Amino acid sequence: MEQNRANLRRVAVDPVTRVEGHGKITLLLDDANHVREARFHIVEFRGFEKFIQGRPYWEVPYFVQRLCGICPVSHHLAAAKAVDQLVGVDELTPTATKLRKLLHFGQTMQSHALHFFHLSSPDLLFGFGSNLEHRNIVGVIEDYPDLALKGVRLRKYGQQVIEVISGKRVHGAATVPGGVNKGLTIAERDRLLGDINDVLAWSQDAVDLNEKIHTEHPENHGFGRLNSNYLSMVGGKGELELYHGGLRASRPDGSKIFDQFDYRGYYNIIREEVRSWSYMKFPYLTELGRDDGWYRVGPLARINSCDFISTPMAESARQRFKAFGNGGYVHDTLAYHWARMIEVLHSAEAIRDLLLDPEILGSDLVVKGEKREEGIGVIEAPRGTLFHHYKVNEDGTIKKANLIVSTTSNNQAMNESVRSVANEYLDGNEITEGLLNHLEVAIRAYDPCLSCATHALGKMPLEVELISADGETVDHIEKASSGAIKRTV
Amino acid sequence: MTPVKKREAYTVSKVRVATTSLAGCFGCHMSFLDMDERIVGLLEHVEFSRSPINDIKHCEPCDIGLIEGALCNADNVHVLKEFRENCKIVIAVGACAINGGVPAMRNHFTLQECLEEAFLDEIGVDNPHIPNDVEIPLLLSKVHPIHEVVKVDYYLPGCPPSADAFLKILTDLLEGKEPSLPKEMLHYD
Repeated sequence: MEQNRANLRRVAVDPVTRVEGHGKITLLLDDANHVREARFHIVEFRGFEKFIQGRPYWEVPYFVQRLCGICPVSHHLAAAKAVDQLVGVDELTPTATKLRKLLHFGQTMQSHALHFFHLSSPDLLFGFGSNLEHRNIVGVIEDYPDLALKGVRLRKYGQQVIEVISGKRVHGAATVPGGVNKGLTIAERDRLLGDINDVLAWSQDAVDLNEKIHTEHPENHGFGRLNSNYLSMVGGKGELELYHGGLRASRPDGSKIFDQFDYRGYYNIIREEVRSWSYMKFPYLTELGRDDGWYRVGPLARINSCDFISTPMAESARQRFKAFGNGGYVHDTLAYHWARMIEVLHSAEAIRDLLLDPEILGSDLVVKGEKREEGIGVIEAPRGTLFHHYKVNEDGTIKKANLIVSTTSNNQAMNESVRSVANEYLDGNEITEGLLNHLEVAIRAYDPCLSCATHALGKMPLEVELISADGETVDHIEKASSGAIKRTV
Repeated sequence: MTPVKKREAYTVSKVRVATTSLAGCFGCHMSFLDMDERIVGLLEHVEFSRSPINDIKHCEPCDIGLIEGALCNADNVHVLKEFRENCKIVIAVGACAINGGVPAMRNHFTLQECLEEAFLDEIGVDNPHIPNDVEIPLLLSKVHPIHEVVKVDYYLPGCPPSADAFLKILTDLLEGKEPSLPKEMLHYD
């Protein structure tokens, strides 16, 4: 088998064949064939940090969003916040800030709705091991047409908000250094307000459905569960904050590692480890060290970490979530979905509040300042805390760039969850397609965006290899297109 | 070119469509989903083979293959060839598939320079080394558009093409017409 794999590597240079894939899982077994290690490999690399060098700084927010078509707005805004600093602007006008927030809430809604309804809901509605042919959004449309349409319309609304602000649903143009490039018209505002009550109701339904899926299925609680550290941004009062705030990190028991940390010093609190078997790095909190410092980001981290949510419907949903965890943090990996829908509800409320705020219609859009050499931007992207860091030359061209993408922060956690699920479901069992999907379900809960970090939309092609402690390949399985398992050992 | 199905035929059996993303951002797939509710109508005439939205891992024999993204590693080339072998019609979708797009910006540098920047010279990196493992596919020295490797039947431009453009090209093919986009749907941004 080793020889065969070496052949496949050679094929990579002279491209012939292998099971295609953006992501791959490898399991290592000990002498007793119990899972000793599980690896989730990220197999693509794009080299953004290099090829951005020499480009003018004002281009950055426009092509960083081409890293990711699923949350382009997050990259656009994180880069724009860094660029604001490069032009010496620390605070935008109230109208510009509100328009950027509106854009970001639209983004959060569409991305979360896409992930739950289009990608993950089939696992949760039909079962992890259900029929492969039916286990997708088309199956959901057939069996649950009302639910599927609500999901499609929630995502649509988020995309419409984005389109109104940026001119396009994917890769639009919204920011300029120090502000935004256009205001909101009364007609645009009224059009968006026209649907907001439906959107609020659908969002509440999505929360209720997820709460039910979680609370009524005890088997979901331990699935891939990790007692992890968490990192997120919070507002000045400890509230859920997706756009701007300080950094908070907590231990599994909820005690703080740091709080209200200024993100512009992020490199003092986070380091990233390179491992040979993945193009995605492994970040950790410097204070806790390489072994213990890994953490989770994203909806679960945010809903656990925040002290409250500023909008009432989402706050009420958060309190039920908190009660489920008996007042402490909820560590269930599948609770990511529940937390994600609480954020959809918060986004819907926040969009309504912003649209009803007269300042959103203002015309004072840009602030000017004195140029600086370094800019760092942060945002809570749908998948978690996202850092963009740029240094420029005197002529305004990029000299150095560093990105810590949300999915990268969850890298170790996804590996840990895969290991946990492999231990529980694959250990000693004959491996079927249904069981293999359990590994994907665990990864999927994180809503990994393997484009930024090299994105695959939802479903990872899968290959599983079982290797004994002495290095012998015990089993090698690939999912065929029919769903049948192909063994090559 | 032979029409995919005559209008009267597709009531009997659906047109089979596969989609994939090579080195790209998935924005084209997102735009495809921006058909919103109209996707329900499309599903009356179309069924999906391999696509990121289902668990079918390989392209089966299909009528139409929609390919987003450029070629940046050996896996991308393999997937592309599998699509070409299985799809009667291959459509290059979006800037990356058509001319390399943003991923091809790395062609101004050597691959080695890009890897060193990301894994050796980056801020706050521990254990700096360039990943190298049998589990990760070899990177190509340059990023290529897909027509350099396989024959492409149609090009759907845009970064990304709009949902309307997707729907128009698919509808034309479903109706057995030569696909043609009106000027207002033809965008390159």
